[in-house]
Amino acid sequence: MKIVLNGEMREVQAGTLADLLQECGFSGRVATAVNEGFVPSSLRKARKIKDGDRIEVVAPMQGG
Amino acid sequence: MKTFYGTPLSNPLMLGTAQYPSPAILEHAFRNSGAGVATVSLRREAGAGQTFWQMVRDLSVLVLPNTAGCHTVKEAVTTAHMAREVFDTKWIKLELIGHTDSLQPDVFQLVEAARILTEDGFEVFPYTTDDLIVGERLLAAGCEVLMPWGAPIGSGRGLNNEYALRAMRAEFPEIPLVIDAGIGLPSHAAHAMELGYDAVLLNTAVARSGDPVAMAKAMKLAIEAGRLAYQADPIEARDMAEASTPVIGKAFLS
Repeated sequence: MKIVLNGEMREVQAGTLADLLQECGFSGRVATAVNEGFVPSSLRKARKIKDGDRIEVVAPMQGG
Repeated sequence: MKTFYGTPLSNPLMLGTAQYPSPAILEHAFRNSGAGVATVSLRREAGAGQTFWQMVRDLSVLVLPNTAGCHTVKEAVTTAHMAREVFDTKWIKLELIGHTDSLQPDVFQLVEAARILTEDGFEVFPYTTDDLIVGERLLAAGCEVLMPWGAPIGSGRGLNNEYALRAMRAEFPEIPLVIDAGIGLPSHAAHAMELGYDAVLLNTAVARSGDPVAMAKAMKLAIEAGRLAYQADPIEARDMAEASTPVIGKAFLS
């Protein structure tokens, strides 16, 4: 299945958002959005990923 | 002392965490500034996020995440939700950028996003202009803090419109007001506090100076001086001289 992860096309096996984070090596404090909509961490296991989904994974960063 | 959604700040400096030459300098600058609040952001995770977060936690300051770079209500609201989860805080520095060159806030979208986020339980710190009516609308939308710009972000020009900022202070005497953006020098920060502002938010002036650690200290002292001066009720400026030394008793020598 092809998805867009943080702006880059990726081929992944994961069926849910939680599995996807694991498959792609994300850990620690991150927040997620699928197709521009926020997905809280509590819903990641239930959130199915489908072909063409646009997924954003963000983390704490410097800011002003 | 006014509080920020119920939280008092012992040191009214809100310091940004971006653009420092190194993490070590950032950390040292923060400790020297005594800042009570650190502003942070969210960006695509590329490996550095977790280390940065640990460092910020070790600073033991309050964290104010921003929605920097957002141009639409939807984008800003989604970013705020992500920030609330990652940073575990209801505070959000709401930035809705309307103009690419000036980074001037889009105040129409700002008011709309502030209303949505307040209804969702956020405590919104809106980066706004010095427009009084916009300020009123933001308060009506549920904001309990206003953060007018001194000058465009990163410009270092100080308080571009002192008249408007004075008017804002007079119009909202009970509301915590923060000068956000435009500070370049400690004297600018002191100026803001002399006008009766409750805090100053800055980043570039410290981070991009030749010696951020020293500049952080200079900002701290300036803010302290400005606040003391405001509390001490400064004299009014006047056009003509007025002798300070008494005339009575002067020896007749001519």
